[in-house]
Amino acid sequence: MAKKKRMKDLTLWERIYLPEVAKGLSITLQNMFRPAFTMEYPEVKFMPQGSYRGRPVLVLEEHGGERCVACGLCSRVCPALAIEIQAGETDREKERYPEKFEINMLRCIFCGLCEEVCPEEAIVMSKDYELAFTKREDAIYGKDKLLVPVAELQDRIEFLRSFK
Amino acid sequence: MGKIVLDGNEVDFKQGQTIIEAAKDAGVEIPHFCWHPSLSVSGNCRVCLVEVEKMPKLAIACATQASEGMVVNTNSGKALEARRAVMEFLLINHPLDCPICDEAGECKLQDYTYDHSIGESRFTETKTNKDKRVQLGPHVMFDGDRCISCSRCIRFCDEIAGETELTFVKRGDRVTITTFPGKELDNPYSLNVVDICPVGALTSRDARFRARVWDMSHTNTICNGCSRGCNTEMWVRSNEIVRLVPRFNPDVNSYWMCDNGRLNTFRFVNAESRVDGPHVRREGKLTKVTWDEALGSISSEIKGINGKEIAFIGSPFATIEDNYILSKLAKSLHSKNIDMPEYIIPGSADDILIREDKTPNSTGAKLAGVVPQKDGLNLDGIMKAVKEKKIRVLFVMEEDIALLKPEYAEALKTIEFLFVMASNFNSTTEFANVVLPAATYAEKNGTWMNFQKRLQRIRPAVTTLDMDRSLDGLEMSRLDKFGTKWDRWGNYKKYDARPSWRILVELAGLMGDKMKFRMAEEVFDDAAKHIEELHGVTYDEIGESGFELTKKAVKV
Ligand code: SF4
Ligand code: SF4
Ligand code: SF4
Ligand code: SF4
Repeated sequence: MAKKKRMKDLTLWERIYLPEVAKGLSITLQNMFRPAFTMEYPEVKFMPQGSYRGRPVLVLEEHGGERCVACGLCSRVCPALAIEIQAGETDREKERYPEKFEINMLRCIFCGLCEEVCPEEAIVMSKDYELAFTKREDAIYGKDKLLVPVAELQDRIEFLRSFK
Repeated sequence: MGKIVLDGNEVDFKQGQTIIEAAKDAGVEIPHFCWHPSLSVSGNCRVCLVEVEKMPKLAIACATQASEGMVVNTNSGKALEARRAVMEFLLINHPLDCPICDEAGECKLQDYTYDHSIGESRFTETKTNKDKRVQLGPHVMFDGDRCISCSRCIRFCDEIAGETELTFVKRGDRVTITTFPGKELDNPYSLNVVDICPVGALTSRDARFRARVWDMSHTNTICNGCSRGCNTEMWVRSNEIVRLVPRFNPDVNSYWMCDNGRLNTFRFVNAESRVDGPHVRREGKLTKVTWDEALGSISSEIKGINGKEIAFIGSPFATIEDNYILSKLAKSLHSKNIDMPEYIIPGSADDILIREDKTPNSTGAKLAGVVPQKDGLNLDGIMKAVKEKKIRVLFVMEEDIALLKPEYAEALKTIEFLFVMASNFNSTTEFANVVLPAATYAEKNGTWMNFQKRLQRIRPAVTTLDMDRSLDGLEMSRLDKFGTKWDRWGNYKKYDARPSWRILVELAGLMGDKMKFRMAEEVFDDAAKHIEELHGVTYDEIGESGFELTKKAVKV
């Protein structure tokens, strides 16, 4: 059987390797002095823009109450059925409030539909992307984890308003 | 009988009917707020305006009598425009309250706004502000902003409940509903105004904010509050009953039910005191055991005891099926001592719905064989014989006899063997040797017979441990369909309970009387075979609205 010829032999230039090594090193050197795109996470944290959809949170008003009126629309619209609400009655001017508000973060798909449907601007997507649990139960976030002061959510609220 | 032309189709009408009634009979719904088939016509909401040929102006369909040859258009340009205008007027001062309004999802105003309004408001002035959260009575809350002044609630109190309690005050855009001075909305039927209020102006203080309508399942069943047996819908969320509402049945309860039936008859189903799993008394204490153990201990206790020394207490709260199997078991154990208590409160009836007999099935239980037999003892006799130790074994089904009379409780102290089927721990279970958990009326299939000798079906709306919503054909809400055991709302409490008839069938099997029933329907079919009055009646025939025995065609 005739000896099969290689498709294309390396040229001499390529066979001595040194020029190739130099080429590679020069790219490395060039990039060393360019601005870096990667981050030293978790030492350095990524701070997303207002348009980012992190985990949904509830707005905590300045007077200390929740803005949510437990209408249940977010729970109804959520395609992943992540939200469970139990409404209750309060003496506040808005007579209805969520006695219980739970989001199952294993179900949530960060679609933002809850935020879009909310008539009160009470549930918004935050910038929080750090979600890790070791137990299924830990993934169910109650009001303690969900309520975030309105001041911390200004970015997102402004972003949303720019589309209204 | 005459004919009118409704939207191009010929439709029959009966003499004296209005256009809206004729249309309803023909299956066409003309939008309406203030008109209600059981109340007088007030004609104030104006949303039912239709165009009638040869009439100069649009006419309100609720107050215009149909007459031969009338040509009615509900969807002509003029009618549609009028409807849109009426909707716009109604919405001028209506608050944007839907997110906190309990009516949302079953609100006529929402529905019609969706169907007939332009979807935009031209009203730039400020809306009126009326009182919110007004307690009109012990059960009903009123929100003035949401009221559209249809006067249904006023007419209900005047015409159905027969107590003039509500009225309009003020005029124009300030008109609102209030109670007469010194009066409250506290008639025994007050909560029906919540059902008929077309908007969320009247809400039930009991069910307020408990659940959204779209998160609940609803099951057609019967109220257990008295021998009327009002047809109801049971609304359930996460396996808990949230509310009962009446279901239309022209022969029994029309559109209504009483407040007592609506509020107090289902509490025991969700109560803390439920019996969860079989219990046997060991060293003086009721201890949880397996079904096999519990049933085994009963059958070994009864073996060899003379039928004369055994007695059975059935119940007018249990179904025909339960009582039928109990009487069958009594026969197979050769006992003639079988009876049940009565719950008749003389003078408690009215001429609307409420009956003196506070049980749903006393006629049915008797028919099923729970009546003292010839030479057998009645309830008093049984309890006396218990005291005298002539009765050694007593079966009690879904009854709390110790509570009825102090003598009964006294007698039970000395009984040799007491077997109780109960849904909740009560004063009788305190004396019991074995307590088996009975499924409540909300957890089983069965039939009751009301005072009219009308057979009506109850259906399970709540699941017990050995039931599955989907496999057992229960009504399911969205949450039931998609919940898993990892969701808190899917992981609800289910009691380990079984229908009494099934418990008794299993027990009979252990004692050598093999009854082969797997479903309540099979028990009923067997009863229909053996009880003359029930010959030929089936579950299908009873259907959704019941079957009156007196109407049964005589079989030749
Ligand atoms: S949609 Fe908004 S107001 Fe309604 S329950 Fe959800 S968060 Fe609360
Ligand atoms: S009455 Fe109907 S339209 Fe008005 S707030 Fe309630 S749900 Fe909305
Ligand atoms: S409270 Fe309801 S039923 Fe009564 S007038 Fe107002 S809208 Fe009609
Ligand atoms: S009238 Fe009797 S059966 Fe009807 S709802 Fe009232 S208590 Fe129940």
